[in-house]
Amino acid sequence: MHPAFSIILFTTLSGLGYGLAAVLGLGLLDASTLSAKLAHAGALAMIAGGLLSSTLHLGNPQRAWRALSQWRSSWLSREGVMAIATFVPLTVSAWFAVIEGRYLPAAGLIGAVMCSITVYCTAMIYASLRSIQAWNSGLTPLCYLLFAAAGGFLLASVAGYSSSAGGTICAAIAIVFVMAAWVAKYQWWQRLRTLAPLSTPESATGLGNIGHVRLFERPHVNENYLTREMGFKVARKHALKLSELAILVGGLAPIALLLAAIFAGGAVALPAAALAALFYALGLVVERWLFFAEARHAVMNYYGG
Amino acid sequence: MTSLPSLPTPKKLGLVIDLDVCVGCHACVISCKEWNTGGYGAALSDQDPYGADVSGAFLNRIHTFEVVPEGGQVIGEAGEARIVHFPKSCLHCEDAPCVTVCPTGASYKRAEDGIVLVDESKCIGCGLCAWSCAYGAREMDLAAGVMKKCTLCIDRVYNETLREIDRVPSCVRTCPANARHYGDLADPGSDVSRMVAERGGYDLMPEQGTRPTNKYLPPRPRKPLAASAGSAVLAENTEGAKGFFAWLDGMLDRI
Repeated sequence: MHPAFSIILFTTLSGLGYGLAAVLGLGLLDASTLSAKLAHAGALAMIAGGLLSSTLHLGNPQRAWRALSQWRSSWLSREGVMAIATFVPLTVSAWFAVIEGRYLPAAGLIGAVMCSITVYCTAMIYASLRSIQAWNSGLTPLCYLLFAAAGGFLLASVAGYSSSAGGTICAAIAIVFVMAAWVAKYQWWQRLRTLAPLSTPESATGLGNIGHVRLFERPHVNENYLTREMGFKVARKHALKLSELAILVGGLAPIALLLAAIFAGGAVALPAAALAALFYALGLVVERWLFFAEARHAVMNYYGG
Repeated sequence: MTSLPSLPTPKKLGLVIDLDVCVGCHACVISCKEWNTGGYGAALSDQDPYGADVSGAFLNRIHTFEVVPEGGQVIGEAGEARIVHFPKSCLHCEDAPCVTVCPTGASYKRAEDGIVLVDESKCIGCGLCAWSCAYGAREMDLAAGVMKKCTLCIDRVYNETLREIDRVPSCVRTCPANARHYGDLADPGSDVSRMVAERGGYDLMPEQGTRPTNKYLPPRPRKPLAASAGSAVLAENTEGAKGFFAWLDGMLDRI
Protein backbone atom coordinates (compact mmCIF):
# COMPACT_ATOMS: atom_id res chain seq x y z
CA MET A 1 0.00 0.00 0.00
CA HIS A 2 1.13 3.52 -0.77
CA PRO A 3 2.33 5.18 2.45
CA ALA A 4 0.63 8.58 2.09
CA PHE A 5 2.43 11.16 4.20
CA SER A 6 -0.83 12.70 5.42
CA ILE A 7 -2.11 9.37 6.75
CA ILE A 8 1.17 8.49 8.47
CA LEU A 9 1.20 11.91 10.11
CA PHE A 10 -2.45 11.50 11.09
CA THR A 11 -2.08 8.10 12.75
CA THR A 12 1.13 8.94 14.62
CA LEU A 13 0.13 12.42 15.75
CA SER A 14 -3.41 11.55 16.79
CA GLY A 15 -2.14 8.35 18.45
CA LEU A 16 0.35 10.32 20.56
CA GLY A 17 -2.25 13.01 21.28
CA TYR A 18 -4.93 10.55 22.40
CA GLY A 19 -2.35 8.67 24.48
CA LEU A 20 -1.25 11.85 26.25
CA ALA A 21 -4.83 13.02 26.78
CA ALA A 22 -5.78 9.65 28.25
CA VAL A 23 -2.82 9.68 30.65
CA LEU A 24 -3.65 13.23 31.71
CA GLY A 25 -7.19 12.01 32.34
CA LEU A 26 -5.85 9.49 34.85
CA GLY A 27 -4.67 12.37 37.00
CA LEU A 28 -1.05 11.26 37.46
CA LEU A 29 0.21 14.81 36.96
CA ASP A 30 -0.43 17.83 39.15
CA ALA A 31 -2.97 19.84 37.13
CA SER A 32 -1.92 23.12 38.69
CA THR A 33 1.58 23.02 37.18
CA LEU A 34 2.45 24.87 34.00
CA SER A 35 3.77 21.72 32.34
CA ALA A 36 0.45 19.90 32.89
CA LYS A 37 -1.40 22.83 31.37
CA LEU A 38 0.93 22.79 28.37
CA ALA A 39 0.46 19.01 28.09
CA HIS A 40 -3.32 19.45 27.93
CA ALA A 41 -2.99 22.06 25.21
CA GLY A 42 -0.38 19.96 23.39
CA ALA A 43 -2.56 16.85 23.41
CA LEU A 44 -5.49 18.74 21.92
CA ALA A 45 -3.21 20.33 19.31
CA MET A 46 -1.78 16.94 18.28
CA ILE A 47 -5.25 15.41 17.99
CA ALA A 48 -6.59 18.35 15.99
CA GLY A 49 -3.48 18.46 13.81
CA GLY A 50 -3.76 14.76 13.10
CA LEU A 51 -7.42 14.99 12.19
CA LEU A 52 -6.82 17.98 9.92
CA SER A 53 -3.95 16.16 8.23
CA SER A 54 -6.24 13.18 7.58
CA THR A 55 -8.55 15.40 5.54
CA LEU A 56 -5.65 16.40 3.28
CA HIS A 57 -5.82 13.21 1.25
CA LEU A 58 -9.53 13.56 0.52
CA GLY A 59 -10.69 14.29 -3.02
CA ASN A 60 -13.50 16.52 -1.74
CA PRO A 61 -12.62 17.68 1.81
CA GLN A 62 -15.48 20.21 1.83
CA ARG A 63 -17.90 17.29 2.22
CA ALA A 64 -15.96 15.69 5.09
CA TRP A 65 -18.88 16.31 7.48
CA ARG A 66 -20.81 13.61 5.62
CA ALA A 67 -18.36 11.06 7.01
CA LEU A 68 -20.13 11.30 10.38
CA SER A 69 -23.32 9.71 9.06
CA GLN A 70 -22.53 6.00 8.57
CA TRP A 71 -21.41 4.94 12.05
CA ARG A 72 -23.69 1.89 11.89
CA SER A 73 -21.51 0.17 9.29
CA SER A 74 -18.26 2.05 8.72
CA TRP A 75 -15.24 2.12 11.06
CA LEU A 76 -14.04 5.30 9.37
CA SER A 77 -17.32 6.98 10.22
CA ARG A 78 -17.22 5.62 13.79
CA GLU A 79 -13.74 7.04 14.17
CA GLY A 80 -14.91 10.46 12.99
CA VAL A 81 -17.87 10.46 15.38
CA MET A 82 -15.74 9.29 18.30
CA ALA A 83 -12.99 11.80 17.54
CA ILE A 84 -15.44 14.68 17.71
CA ALA A 85 -17.30 13.31 20.74
CA THR A 86 -14.00 12.80 22.58
CA PHE A 87 -13.23 16.50 22.21
CA VAL A 88 -16.01 17.23 24.75
CA PRO A 89 -14.48 15.59 27.87
CA LEU A 90 -10.95 16.48 26.71
CA THR A 91 -11.86 20.15 26.33
CA VAL A 92 -13.58 20.15 29.73
CA SER A 93 -10.48 18.56 31.33
CA ALA A 94 -8.17 20.98 29.56
CA TRP A 95 -10.36 23.94 30.62
CA PHE A 96 -10.24 22.97 34.27
CA ALA A 97 -6.49 22.31 34.14
CA VAL A 98 -5.49 25.40 32.19
CA ILE A 99 -7.93 27.96 33.63
CA GLU A 100 -8.63 26.66 37.14
CA GLY A 101 -5.60 24.45 37.72
CA ARG A 102 -7.81 21.57 38.86
CA TYR A 103 -8.07 17.91 37.94
CA LEU A 104 -11.64 16.78 37.27
CA PRO A 105 -11.72 12.98 37.79
CA ALA A 106 -15.08 12.39 36.03
CA ALA A 107 -14.16 14.26 32.84
CA GLY A 108 -10.64 12.84 32.95
CA LEU A 109 -11.65 9.20 33.23
CA ILE A 110 -14.48 9.49 30.68
CA GLY A 111 -11.99 11.19 28.36
CA ALA A 112 -9.43 8.41 28.85
CA VAL A 113 -11.98 5.73 27.96
CA MET A 114 -13.18 7.65 24.90
CA CYS A 115 -9.58 8.21 23.75
CA SER A 116 -9.02 4.45 23.82
CA ILE A 117 -12.22 3.82 21.86
CA THR A 118 -11.20 6.39 19.23
CA VAL A 119 -7.76 4.82 18.77
CA TYR A 120 -9.43 1.42 18.52
CA CYS A 121 -11.74 2.76 15.78
CA THR A 122 -8.73 4.16 13.88
CA ALA A 123 -7.04 0.77 13.99
CA MET A 124 -10.22 -1.05 12.96
CA ILE A 125 -10.42 0.99 9.74
CA TYR A 126 -7.34 -0.96 8.69
CA ALA A 127 -7.93 -4.20 10.57
CA SER A 128 -11.39 -4.67 9.06
CA LEU A 129 -10.11 -4.85 5.47
CA ARG A 130 -9.93 -8.46 4.38
CA SER A 131 -8.39 -7.41 1.07
CA ILE A 132 -5.21 -6.39 2.95
CA GLN A 133 -4.26 -9.51 4.84
CA ALA A 134 -1.35 -7.92 6.73
CA TRP A 135 -3.77 -5.61 8.55
CA ASN A 136 -6.68 -8.02 8.90
CA SER A 137 -5.78 -9.19 12.40
CA GLY A 138 -6.66 -8.51 16.02
CA LEU A 139 -2.99 -7.64 16.56
CA THR A 140 -3.48 -4.42 14.57
CA PRO A 141 -5.78 -2.67 17.11
CA LEU A 142 -3.67 -4.10 19.94
CA CYS A 143 -0.54 -2.48 18.49
CA TYR A 144 -2.29 0.85 17.90
CA LEU A 145 -3.63 0.92 21.47
CA LEU A 146 -0.31 -0.05 23.06
CA PHE A 147 1.65 2.44 20.94
CA ALA A 148 -0.78 5.22 21.90
CA ALA A 149 -0.54 4.33 25.61
CA ALA A 150 3.27 4.10 25.49
CA GLY A 151 3.48 7.48 23.74
CA GLY A 152 1.06 9.00 26.22
CA PHE A 153 3.03 7.89 29.29
CA LEU A 154 6.31 8.94 27.64
CA LEU A 155 5.07 12.46 26.92
CA ALA A 156 3.49 12.65 30.38
CA SER A 157 6.84 11.71 31.95
CA VAL A 158 8.42 14.66 30.12
CA ALA A 159 5.75 16.96 31.54
CA GLY A 160 6.13 15.35 34.97
CA TYR A 161 9.90 15.72 35.08
CA SER A 162 9.73 19.35 34.00
CA SER A 163 7.55 20.13 37.04
CA SER A 164 9.15 17.65 39.46
CA ALA A 165 5.88 15.83 40.10
CA GLY A 166 4.71 12.55 38.61
CA GLY A 167 7.64 12.12 36.24
CA THR A 168 9.02 8.91 37.69
CA ILE A 169 5.70 7.06 37.93
CA CYS A 170 4.87 8.00 34.29
CA ALA A 171 8.36 6.98 33.14
CA ALA A 172 8.08 3.61 34.90
CA ILE A 173 4.68 2.87 33.35
CA ALA A 174 5.97 4.12 29.98
CA ILE A 175 8.76 1.51 30.05
CA VAL A 176 6.17 -1.24 30.52
CA PHE A 177 3.99 0.02 27.67
CA VAL A 178 6.90 0.65 25.29
CA MET A 179 8.03 -2.93 25.85
CA ALA A 180 4.50 -4.31 25.47
CA ALA A 181 3.93 -2.29 22.30
CA TRP A 182 7.06 -3.53 20.56
CA VAL A 183 6.47 -7.12 21.68
CA ALA A 184 2.98 -6.90 20.14
CA LYS A 185 4.44 -5.29 17.03
CA TYR A 186 7.07 -8.00 16.79
CA GLN A 187 4.26 -10.59 16.85
CA TRP A 188 2.49 -8.58 14.16
CA TRP A 189 5.61 -8.68 11.98
CA GLN A 190 6.11 -12.39 12.65
CA ARG A 191 2.54 -13.04 11.53
CA LEU A 192 3.05 -10.92 8.39
CA ARG A 193 6.26 -12.66 7.41
CA THR A 194 4.98 -16.19 7.85
CA LEU A 195 1.59 -15.55 6.30
CA ALA A 196 0.29 -17.89 3.60
CA PRO A 197 -1.45 -15.57 1.11
CA LEU A 198 -5.24 -15.76 1.39
CA SER A 199 -5.63 -14.97 -2.29
CA THR A 200 -3.29 -15.94 -5.11
CA PRO A 201 -3.21 -15.31 -8.87
CA GLU A 202 -4.83 -18.75 -9.15
CA SER A 203 -7.79 -17.90 -6.91
CA ALA A 204 -8.03 -14.40 -8.36
CA THR A 205 -8.49 -15.73 -11.88
CA GLY A 206 -10.02 -19.12 -11.04
CA LEU A 207 -7.56 -20.69 -13.49
CA GLY A 208 -5.59 -22.67 -10.90
CA ASN A 209 -7.03 -25.98 -12.10
CA ILE A 210 -5.22 -25.51 -15.43
CA GLY A 211 -1.91 -24.66 -13.85
CA HIS A 212 0.29 -21.95 -12.47
CA VAL A 213 -1.03 -18.48 -13.33
CA ARG A 214 1.23 -15.57 -14.10
CA LEU A 215 0.63 -12.18 -15.61
CA PHE A 216 1.46 -12.04 -19.30
CA GLU A 217 0.32 -8.51 -20.08
CA ARG A 218 -0.98 -5.71 -17.90
CA PRO A 219 -4.13 -3.96 -19.05
CA HIS A 220 -2.09 -0.86 -19.84
CA VAL A 221 1.51 0.24 -20.22
CA ASN A 222 1.68 2.93 -17.54
CA GLU A 223 0.69 3.00 -13.89
CA ASN A 224 -2.94 3.57 -12.90
CA TYR A 225 -4.71 4.61 -9.70
CA LEU A 226 -4.73 1.02 -8.44
CA THR A 227 -1.06 0.29 -9.02
CA ARG A 228 -0.03 3.63 -7.55
CA GLU A 229 -2.27 3.26 -4.50
CA MET A 230 -1.94 -0.48 -3.82
CA GLY A 231 1.22 -1.52 -5.63
CA PHE A 232 3.84 0.24 -3.54
CA LYS A 233 6.79 -2.02 -2.87
CA VAL A 234 9.87 0.16 -2.57
CA ALA A 235 10.20 -0.57 1.13
CA ARG A 236 9.89 -4.33 0.99
CA LYS A 237 13.52 -4.73 0.02
CA HIS A 238 14.63 -3.05 3.26
CA ALA A 239 11.62 -3.98 5.38
CA LEU A 240 13.50 -6.25 7.76
CA LYS A 241 16.29 -3.73 8.31
CA LEU A 242 13.81 -0.90 8.80
CA SER A 243 11.77 -2.87 11.31
CA GLU A 244 14.90 -3.63 13.33
CA LEU A 245 15.82 0.03 13.16
CA ALA A 246 12.34 1.00 14.37
CA ILE A 247 12.64 -1.34 17.38
CA LEU A 248 16.08 0.06 18.16
CA VAL A 249 15.16 3.73 17.83
CA GLY A 250 11.56 3.54 19.03
CA GLY A 251 11.93 0.81 21.63
CA LEU A 252 15.37 0.11 23.07
CA ALA A 253 16.66 3.71 23.01
CA PRO A 254 13.62 5.18 24.82
CA ILE A 255 13.71 2.38 27.42
CA ALA A 256 17.41 3.00 28.12
CA LEU A 257 16.85 6.75 28.35
CA LEU A 258 13.84 6.33 30.65
CA LEU A 259 15.86 4.03 32.93
CA ALA A 260 18.54 6.72 33.02
CA ALA A 261 15.90 9.31 33.90
CA ILE A 262 14.47 7.18 36.71
CA PHE A 263 17.76 6.10 38.28
CA ALA A 264 19.98 9.12 37.64
CA GLY A 265 17.22 11.62 38.37
CA GLY A 266 18.10 15.23 39.01
CA ALA A 267 19.18 17.28 36.04
CA VAL A 268 19.49 14.20 33.81
CA ALA A 269 15.82 13.20 34.10
CA LEU A 270 14.15 15.85 31.93
CA PRO A 271 16.55 15.81 28.96
CA ALA A 272 16.65 12.01 29.05
CA ALA A 273 12.85 11.73 29.04
CA ALA A 274 12.53 14.35 26.30
CA LEU A 275 15.09 12.53 24.17
CA ALA A 276 13.26 9.26 24.83
CA ALA A 277 10.01 10.80 23.57
CA LEU A 278 11.76 12.14 20.46
CA PHE A 279 13.34 8.77 19.64
CA TYR A 280 10.04 7.03 20.27
CA ALA A 281 8.22 9.36 17.85
CA LEU A 282 10.89 8.72 15.19
CA GLY A 283 10.62 4.97 15.64
CA LEU A 284 6.85 5.24 15.43
CA VAL A 285 6.99 7.08 12.10
CA VAL A 286 9.18 4.31 10.67
CA GLU A 287 6.81 1.69 12.09
CA ARG A 288 3.79 3.45 10.57
CA TRP A 289 5.53 3.86 7.22
CA LEU A 290 6.25 0.13 7.14
CA PHE A 291 2.66 -0.58 8.20
CA PHE A 292 1.54 0.77 4.82
CA ALA A 293 4.54 0.02 2.64
CA GLU A 294 4.76 -3.66 3.65
CA ALA A 295 1.06 -4.41 3.31
CA ARG A 296 0.17 -6.29 0.16
CA HIS A 297 -3.24 -5.77 -1.41
CA ALA A 298 -5.14 -8.67 -2.97
CA VAL A 299 -5.66 -6.72 -6.20
CA MET A 300 -1.94 -7.07 -6.93
CA ASN A 301 -2.71 -10.68 -7.87
CA TYR A 302 -4.07 -9.19 -11.09
CA TYR A 303 -1.05 -6.98 -11.62
CA GLY A 304 1.77 -9.48 -11.12
CA GLY A 305 2.96 -7.72 -7.95
CA MET B 1 -27.27 4.24 3.96
CA THR B 2 -24.24 2.10 3.51
CA SER B 3 -25.56 -0.99 5.19
CA LEU B 4 -26.19 -3.74 2.68
CA PRO B 5 -29.79 -4.68 1.77
CA SER B 6 -31.09 -6.85 4.63
CA LEU B 7 -32.82 -9.32 2.36
CA PRO B 8 -31.38 -10.98 -0.75
CA THR B 9 -32.21 -8.70 -3.67
CA PRO B 10 -35.11 -10.05 -5.83
CA LYS B 11 -32.98 -9.52 -8.92
CA LYS B 12 -29.22 -10.00 -9.18
CA LEU B 13 -28.25 -8.17 -12.31
CA GLY B 14 -24.74 -8.93 -13.41
CA LEU B 15 -22.39 -10.19 -16.06
CA VAL B 16 -21.20 -13.59 -17.12
CA ILE B 17 -17.79 -13.48 -18.78
CA ASP B 18 -16.66 -16.33 -20.98
CA LEU B 19 -12.89 -16.76 -20.70
CA ASP B 20 -12.98 -19.36 -23.47
CA VAL B 21 -14.21 -16.79 -25.96
CA CYS B 22 -12.52 -13.51 -25.02
CA VAL B 23 -9.88 -12.62 -27.59
CA GLY B 24 -8.42 -9.73 -25.60
CA CYS B 25 -9.26 -7.00 -28.12
CA HIS B 26 -10.04 -4.37 -25.42
CA ALA B 27 -13.09 -3.16 -27.38
CA CYS B 28 -15.20 -3.39 -24.20
CA VAL B 29 -12.65 -1.22 -22.35
CA ILE B 30 -12.94 1.56 -24.89
CA SER B 31 -16.69 1.24 -25.27
CA CYS B 32 -17.09 1.41 -21.48
CA LYS B 33 -14.90 4.49 -21.23
CA GLU B 34 -16.78 6.16 -24.08
CA TRP B 35 -20.24 5.49 -22.64
CA ASN B 36 -19.38 6.39 -19.06
CA THR B 37 -17.37 9.51 -19.77
CA GLY B 38 -20.29 11.21 -21.46
CA GLY B 39 -23.30 10.28 -19.35
CA TYR B 40 -24.09 10.76 -15.66
CA GLY B 41 -21.76 12.32 -13.10
CA ALA B 42 -18.13 13.29 -13.46
CA ALA B 43 -16.39 12.43 -16.72
CA LEU B 44 -13.81 9.65 -16.55
CA SER B 45 -10.80 11.91 -16.64
CA ASP B 46 -7.34 11.17 -18.00
CA GLN B 47 -4.19 12.72 -16.59
CA ASP B 48 -1.51 13.91 -19.01
CA PRO B 49 -3.62 12.48 -21.87
CA TYR B 50 -1.27 13.45 -24.71
CA GLY B 51 1.99 13.17 -22.78
CA ALA B 52 4.36 10.33 -22.06
CA ASP B 53 2.93 9.51 -18.62
CA VAL B 54 -0.71 9.13 -19.59
CA SER B 55 -3.09 7.49 -17.14
CA GLY B 56 -6.78 7.68 -16.40
CA ALA B 57 -9.80 6.15 -14.73
CA PHE B 58 -11.28 3.07 -16.38
CA LEU B 59 -14.15 0.94 -15.10
CA ASN B 60 -13.26 -2.16 -17.05
CA ARG B 61 -9.82 -3.52 -17.83
CA ILE B 62 -8.45 -6.58 -19.63
CA HIS B 63 -5.57 -8.46 -18.08
CA THR B 64 -3.82 -11.25 -19.94
CA PHE B 65 -2.52 -14.28 -18.07
CA GLU B 66 -0.31 -17.14 -19.04
CA VAL B 67 -1.23 -20.44 -17.42
CA VAL B 68 1.58 -22.96 -17.24
CA PRO B 69 0.65 -26.53 -16.24
CA GLU B 70 2.01 -27.64 -12.86
CA GLY B 71 5.57 -28.93 -12.97
CA GLY B 72 6.66 -26.63 -15.77
CA GLN B 73 8.72 -23.50 -15.37
CA VAL B 74 9.18 -22.83 -19.06
CA ILE B 75 6.65 -23.24 -21.83
CA GLY B 76 6.29 -26.77 -23.14
CA GLU B 77 8.09 -28.43 -20.23
CA ALA B 78 5.06 -30.03 -18.61
CA GLY B 79 2.48 -29.53 -21.30
CA GLU B 80 1.29 -26.55 -23.23
CA ALA B 81 0.84 -23.19 -21.62
CA ARG B 82 -2.15 -21.17 -22.63
CA ILE B 83 -2.94 -17.51 -22.77
CA VAL B 84 -6.17 -16.40 -21.14
CA HIS B 85 -7.53 -12.90 -21.69
CA PHE B 86 -9.26 -11.79 -18.56
CA PRO B 87 -11.80 -8.91 -18.54
CA LYS B 88 -12.44 -7.47 -15.11
CA SER B 89 -15.00 -4.94 -13.93
CA CYS B 90 -17.12 -4.57 -10.78
CA LEU B 91 -18.61 -7.90 -9.71
CA HIS B 92 -21.57 -6.29 -7.86
CA CYS B 93 -20.90 -8.46 -4.81
CA GLU B 94 -23.70 -9.51 -2.47
CA ASP B 95 -21.47 -8.86 0.55
CA ALA B 96 -19.80 -5.82 -0.93
CA PRO B 97 -17.16 -4.50 1.51
CA CYS B 98 -16.91 -1.28 -0.54
CA VAL B 99 -20.46 -0.43 0.56
CA THR B 100 -20.09 -1.02 4.29
CA VAL B 101 -16.75 0.80 4.66
CA CYS B 102 -18.07 4.01 3.09
CA PRO B 103 -18.26 6.70 5.79
CA THR B 104 -20.61 9.03 3.93
CA GLY B 105 -23.35 6.84 2.48
CA ALA B 106 -22.15 7.58 -1.07
CA SER B 107 -21.52 3.91 -1.81
CA TYR B 108 -24.65 1.77 -1.86
CA LYS B 109 -26.17 -1.43 -3.17
CA ARG B 110 -29.62 -1.18 -4.71
CA ALA B 111 -32.19 -3.31 -2.89
CA GLU B 112 -34.21 -3.99 -6.05
CA ASP B 113 -31.55 -5.36 -8.42
CA GLY B 114 -28.28 -5.55 -6.48
CA ILE B 115 -26.37 -2.99 -8.57
CA VAL B 116 -23.60 -1.31 -6.54
CA LEU B 117 -23.37 2.42 -7.20
CA VAL B 118 -21.64 5.59 -5.97
CA ASP B 119 -23.61 8.78 -5.32
CA GLU B 120 -20.93 11.21 -6.46
CA SER B 121 -22.53 14.19 -4.72
CA LYS B 122 -21.88 12.49 -1.36
CA CYS B 123 -18.42 11.01 -2.11
CA ILE B 124 -15.54 12.69 -0.25
CA GLY B 125 -12.88 10.80 -2.21
CA CYS B 126 -11.28 9.11 0.79
CA GLY B 127 -10.49 6.02 -1.26
CA LEU B 128 -11.31 3.51 1.48
CA CYS B 129 -13.80 1.64 -0.75
CA ALA B 130 -11.05 1.10 -3.33
CA TRP B 131 -8.83 -0.28 -0.55
CA SER B 132 -11.58 -2.63 0.58
CA CYS B 133 -12.16 -4.08 -2.89
CA ALA B 134 -9.99 -7.12 -3.51
CA TYR B 135 -10.79 -6.99 -7.23
CA GLY B 136 -9.63 -3.46 -7.98
CA ALA B 137 -13.03 -2.56 -9.38
CA ARG B 138 -12.97 1.04 -8.19
CA GLU B 139 -10.75 3.82 -9.44
CA MET B 140 -10.59 7.39 -8.20
CA ASP B 141 -11.27 10.10 -10.74
CA LEU B 142 -8.33 12.36 -9.98
CA ALA B 143 -9.87 15.41 -11.64
CA ALA B 144 -13.22 15.28 -9.82
CA GLY B 145 -11.91 13.66 -6.61
CA VAL B 146 -14.73 11.13 -6.51
CA MET B 147 -14.75 7.35 -6.79
CA LYS B 148 -15.82 5.83 -10.10
CA LYS B 149 -17.02 2.32 -10.71
CA CYS B 150 -19.00 0.14 -13.10
CA THR B 151 -22.71 1.00 -12.91
CA LEU B 152 -23.67 -2.02 -14.97
CA CYS B 153 -24.72 0.76 -17.38
CA ILE B 154 -27.81 1.45 -15.32
CA ASP B 155 -28.45 4.35 -17.69
CA ARG B 156 -28.73 1.88 -20.58
CA VAL B 157 -30.38 -1.21 -19.11
CA TYR B 158 -33.45 0.69 -17.87
CA ASN B 159 -33.43 3.25 -20.67
CA GLU B 160 -36.64 2.86 -22.65
CA THR B 161 -35.60 5.43 -25.21
CA LEU B 162 -33.01 2.96 -26.49
CA ARG B 163 -33.88 0.08 -28.80
CA GLU B 164 -34.35 -3.12 -26.84
CA ILE B 165 -31.19 -4.67 -28.29
CA ASP B 166 -29.18 -1.76 -26.84
CA ARG B 167 -30.56 -2.11 -23.30
CA VAL B 168 -27.53 -4.04 -22.09
CA PRO B 169 -24.25 -2.74 -20.68
CA SER B 170 -22.02 -1.06 -23.21
CA CYS B 171 -19.29 -3.69 -22.86
CA VAL B 172 -21.76 -6.50 -23.59
CA ARG B 173 -23.24 -4.71 -26.59
CA THR B 174 -19.85 -4.03 -28.11
CA CYS B 175 -18.05 -7.35 -27.57
CA PRO B 176 -17.31 -8.69 -31.07
CA ALA B 177 -16.64 -12.21 -29.78
CA ASN B 178 -19.77 -12.44 -27.59
CA ALA B 179 -17.67 -13.15 -24.52
CA ARG B 180 -19.75 -10.94 -22.21
CA HIS B 181 -23.34 -11.67 -21.23
CA TYR B 182 -25.77 -9.65 -19.14
CA GLY B 183 -28.79 -10.86 -17.21
CA ASP B 184 -30.49 -11.69 -13.94
CA LEU B 185 -28.48 -14.26 -12.00
CA ALA B 186 -31.22 -14.61 -9.38
CA ASP B 187 -33.53 -16.15 -12.00
CA PRO B 188 -32.43 -19.76 -12.55
CA GLY B 189 -34.19 -19.78 -15.93
CA SER B 190 -32.31 -16.79 -17.36
CA ASP B 191 -29.80 -17.30 -20.16
CA VAL B 192 -26.94 -16.24 -17.93
CA SER B 193 -27.94 -18.61 -15.10
CA ARG B 194 -28.24 -21.51 -17.54
CA MET B 195 -24.83 -20.68 -18.98
CA VAL B 196 -23.32 -20.67 -15.48
CA ALA B 197 -24.95 -24.02 -14.68
CA GLU B 198 -23.86 -25.68 -17.94
CA ARG B 199 -20.31 -24.40 -18.05
CA GLY B 200 -19.45 -24.42 -14.35
CA GLY B 201 -19.33 -20.65 -13.92
CA TYR B 202 -17.38 -19.62 -10.83
CA ASP B 203 -16.67 -16.73 -8.43
CA LEU B 204 -13.37 -14.85 -8.31
CA MET B 205 -11.56 -15.04 -4.94
CA PRO B 206 -14.39 -16.77 -3.04
CA GLU B 207 -12.07 -16.76 0.01
CA GLN B 208 -12.59 -12.99 0.31
CA GLY B 209 -16.18 -13.70 1.38
CA THR B 210 -17.67 -11.09 -0.94
CA ARG B 211 -20.07 -13.40 -2.85
CA PRO B 212 -19.73 -11.77 -6.29
CA THR B 213 -22.75 -11.64 -8.59
CA ASN B 214 -20.68 -11.73 -11.79
CA LYS B 215 -19.52 -15.17 -12.83
CA TYR B 216 -16.67 -16.37 -15.03
CA LEU B 217 -16.91 -19.31 -17.42
CA PRO B 218 -13.70 -21.35 -17.52
CA PRO B 219 -11.73 -21.89 -20.74
CA ARG B 220 -12.75 -25.18 -22.35
CA PRO B 221 -10.16 -27.98 -22.36
CA ARG B 222 -8.04 -27.69 -25.47
CA LYS B 223 -6.60 -30.49 -27.58
CA PRO B 224 -2.81 -30.45 -27.73
CA LEU B 225 -1.16 -28.51 -30.54
CA ALA B 226 0.42 -31.70 -31.85
CA ALA B 227 -3.03 -33.16 -32.51
CA SER B 228 -3.79 -30.29 -34.87
CA ALA B 229 -0.33 -30.36 -36.41
CA GLY B 230 -0.88 -33.77 -38.11
CA SER B 231 -2.88 -32.29 -40.96
CA ALA B 232 -0.36 -29.54 -41.60
CA VAL B 233 1.96 -30.97 -44.28
CA LEU B 234 5.53 -29.82 -44.08
CA ALA B 235 6.82 -28.26 -47.29
CA GLU B 236 9.78 -30.66 -47.52
CA ASN B 237 7.63 -33.77 -47.22
CA THR B 238 6.66 -35.47 -50.50
CA GLU B 239 5.42 -38.70 -48.95
CA GLY B 240 2.25 -39.99 -50.62
CA ALA B 241 2.78 -38.15 -53.92
CA LYS B 242 1.31 -40.03 -56.94
CA GLY B 243 1.57 -40.14 -60.71
CA PHE B 244 3.29 -37.19 -62.40
CA PHE B 245 4.27 -35.64 -59.09
CA ALA B 246 5.83 -38.91 -57.84
CA TRP B 247 7.86 -39.12 -61.12
CA LEU B 248 8.85 -35.42 -60.84
CA ASP B 249 9.83 -35.90 -57.19
CA GLY B 250 12.05 -38.85 -58.14
CA MET B 251 13.62 -37.03 -61.10
CA LEU B 252 14.39 -33.91 -59.07
CA ASP B 253 15.92 -36.05 -56.32
CA ARG B 254 18.32 -37.62 -58.87
CA ILE B 255 19.49 -34.37 -60.44
